[in-house]
Amino acid sequence: IHAGLWLLVSAMLLCCVSPLKAELKNSQHDSHSNSNITGISIVSFKWEHVKAPYIVAVWVLVCFLCKLVIEANHHVTSIIPESALLICAGFILGGIIWGADHQQTFSLTPVVFFYYLLPPIIVDSGYHMPNKLFFSNLGAILVHAIIGTCWNAATLGLSLWGCQKGGAMGDLDIGLLQYLLFGSLIAAVDPVAVLAVFEQVHVNDVLFILVFGESLLNDGVTVVLFNVFDAFVTLGGAQIDAVEIIKGIISFFVVAFGGSLLGMVFGILMCFLTRCTKNIEIIEPGFIFVVGYLSYLTAEMLSLSAILSCVFCGVCCQKYINANMNENSVKTVKYVMKVLANGSETMIFVFLGISAIDKTIWVWNTGFILLTLLFIFVYRFIGVFLLTWPLNRYRLVPLEFIDQLIMGFGGLRGAVAYGLAVMMDEKKIKEKNLMVSTTLIVVFFTVIIQGILMKPVVTWLKVKRATLHDLTLIEKVQNRVFEHMLVAVEDISGQIGHNYFRDKWKNFEEKWMMWMLMKPSARKTQDHVFSVFHQLNLKDAVEYVTEGERSGSLEFIRNDSVLIDFKKKLGDDMLEAMPDVTADTSFDQGIMLRDPVPSVSLEMHEQTMNGLREMEDLNSHHLLQEHLYKGRKQHRHRFSRNHLSINTDEDEVQEIFQRTMRKRLESFKSAKMGMALPKTISKHTKKEQQKTPNGKNRISVDEDYEFSEADSASGYDPSFTYRAGGGIENPAFMADLDPVVPLQIPPWLAEAELDSGGVAPSQRAQARPPLTAGDLRRLAPLRISTQSTDSFMMADIPDAEQRRDSFDLPPPPPPPP
Amino acid sequence: LSFLECSWRFCGRFKALWMKAALPDFKIRELTENPIGGRIIAAFFPPEKERLDFPSFVRILAHFRPIGKNRSRDRAQPEQANSRTGKLKFAFELYDQDRDGKISREELLQVLRAMLGLQVTEEQLRSIAERAIQEADLDGDGAISFDEFKKSLEKVDMEHKMNIRFLK
Repeated sequence: IHAGLWLLVSAMLLCCVSPLKAELKNSQHDSHSNSNITGISIVSFKWEHVKAPYIVAVWVLVCFLCKLVIEANHHVTSIIPESALLICAGFILGGIIWGADHQQTFSLTPVVFFYYLLPPIIVDSGYHMPNKLFFSNLGAILVHAIIGTCWNAATLGLSLWGCQKGGAMGDLDIGLLQYLLFGSLIAAVDPVAVLAVFEQVHVNDVLFILVFGESLLNDGVTVVLFNVFDAFVTLGGAQIDAVEIIKGIISFFVVAFGGSLLGMVFGILMCFLTRCTKNIEIIEPGFIFVVGYLSYLTAEMLSLSAILSCVFCGVCCQKYINANMNENSVKTVKYVMKVLANGSETMIFVFLGISAIDKTIWVWNTGFILLTLLFIFVYRFIGVFLLTWPLNRYRLVPLEFIDQLIMGFGGLRGAVAYGLAVMMDEKKIKEKNLMVSTTLIVVFFTVIIQGILMKPVVTWLKVKRATLHDLTLIEKVQNRVFEHMLVAVEDISGQIGHNYFRDKWKNFEEKWMMWMLMKPSARKTQDHVFSVFHQLNLKDAVEYVTEGERSGSLEFIRNDSVLIDFKKKLGDDMLEAMPDVTADTSFDQGIMLRDPVPSVSLEMHEQTMNGLREMEDLNSHHLLQEHLYKGRKQHRHRFSRNHLSINTDEDEVQEIFQRTMRKRLESFKSAKMGMALPKTISKHTKKEQQKTPNGKNRISVDEDYEFSEADSASGYDPSFTYRAGGGIENPAFMADLDPVVPLQIPPWLAEAELDSGGVAPSQRAQARPPLTAGDLRRLAPLRISTQSTDSFMMADIPDAEQRRDSFDLPPPPPPPP
Repeated sequence: LSFLECSWRFCGRFKALWMKAALPDFKIRELTENPIGGRIIAAFFPPEKERLDFPSFVRILAHFRPIGKNRSRDRAQPEQANSRTGKLKFAFELYDQDRDGKISREELLQVLRAMLGLQVTEEQLRSIAERAIQEADLDGDGAISFDEFKKSLEKVDMEHKMNIRFLK
């Protein structure tokens, strides 16, 4: 299959690329021939009009197709990192273009790279940066970024120069300054490469943040060094004196701090913006992207460090933005950023590969290239060891030797180096092509070879991996206690330490920053322990309901004393079968259809002990679910650019949800109990009767449709999003059960029958027993625990509207892709 | 004892501090703002005593030393103060004021109230406490024993959480 896929895609690519090339040539002819218009052309080929965007779009498509093909086989990607495969795909594409054109018409230009492809990745990294981790290790990161990069650049340049003097490289026209320039551009660890390689090996957080933070922050140094040495090369060796060197050092501070400050300014701007965007929530995410990009460009314009600017912009604003913005906007920003970043990364690697297939740039000098590779490798390790040794004296948790090894090994060079190399002026630097070729080889070596080796090395050295575990409330509480504890001890002992500063910052933040930058409503719900509690509650509630439906028992509803503890009673297989409750459609899988056991089993515990029942045919089930929820979806998306309507009317939402839940629970109950349908249901005309395996007659859902049609006619328009716990703030809450609620079936359940003609509706959907007052009373509020009082539930209502917590459980902390 | 060795270095400063601490009306300003400040101070004082002597003071502070490599593999030695268990014991005792070996719901609620009381309502606090106990309570007695406490925090990196650098 995969071979076929490859063939297909490569054929497609060939077809895409060659007509483009052909058209490029033809278009010149076309424009001439079209100048004599003989008559009206019904259809004309307007290539010139769409040329530029078309080519861009096709290239993007091609890159994504490459990624698609590569990810088709997990076996390969687990051994060879995706980035390496993308580069190889680039080779192939380059070869195709080469074959078609006999010259490389396409390559990764610095402009495209620095202004279009790099910013999304950096903005994404800044926005998703784990702040706490970053700032606690900031010292180490800065040391490695600044001193480490300078060390790498200096030693590399000097060593190469020394080797040239020693004659190892043959005849080269490169002066010391040019060597230093080359050293500076190739010394920097590249964030794109680090991300690409490290995402597949989940090393522990500290190690990752050290390498990644270094790769981001060393941009400040790289920019300065590159510009300084570039200027030196232009000036020539004679004019360099102390003044110039001092200027160079000053420019470092200006560039680095200026960039960071600029980033912070933009970050604060973003916070203010999100504070005021209550009325235009639909476009909120747009602000983030635009302002982030602007921070990058502004820094470029002022010749400050653009990467630093972007990173600090993201770092500063993430907390406030996530609190201020609508839940949907937060999700949108997160996912769109990931898409952009991932897409950019893909394109960068593919283009790198393509750019390599170009005869004109290749100058091969074995000595130069091999020596560069060797020196980069060796000096990286030496640098890391040298720097970590004093650092360990001051760190609370010293870096182990193995971690240092991985840090050294993780010094990957990437596209930034290549971009800088291509930006060199060939008139000033005669051997530019040699340097470009060497850079390419270095990049390929680190990304491909070191990338492939990274996973085995990490496993072999038994590096500590990232720990992913569920949040528990007690951990969160205890963490908070620890923090306070440490502050107290520091106070007692009179030492001003880490925790003192952190505490001071927290107080400052609470007093001033939050007041300035956060919406009043968001401020109230800031407490972390509470938000964790809330999320755990939601998770529990959904599991609770799912389990209830699945096993069909209502014991837990009727019997208050039954303590439902999901962690103990549900086995692992249950959890596996449990859907990811954050997705709409996944709720479908959670709603298991049961063929009821003749004897009623009321004990939930007993039922779970009976083991998992067989799942019904997922296809028909899925189809049904799709249709069941279709009505809701229709209601949700009105065709309006400005308004994604979400029903925030508290009461209506509650009522609707209660009704649904009651419906479902009752249907389960009756399915087991075989309740005879009382007279109240006679309102409905019986359209269909379907026999169940148990031989009981069930009234189909059709008649409900009748009833609910009347419903809709009366203006019932539930335009709200029924996500499991999403739009409804507290699904566990069902306090206000109105016993006199008439039998109303939400339209989405009703419309099922219309569409799912060929599909046997689930038994659950079929049963429509009435709700009597007595039943409703028994449907006591779903309780998370027996101890919680009603007031707890009540207390949540007023808060529900204000709560902006993202429904998603905080994602486990892997390195961002 | 090794911890006394290092603390001897800071003897002067410590002496001044524990003299202050020995006073019944111990006031360090920031500590009064600290939600669990009172408990921490109480933890320094051995039970039933009004005054604090220097070895006790140091013994408590020793809990905050970074976990070092064991020099002696003597199993018979009682649990070192700065080992993981020692630190956890200290943390446990912050909750367990009545020293009955278990953290009851009330005790947990008190700590929560102190830390979160301003932002969260009483009922919510109660639920949080209830839920926390539910998570950790393995034997179902409605309270958290030390072993359960230890187990629930097994994934927490104590090295980062409960260390003061200067005590090394």
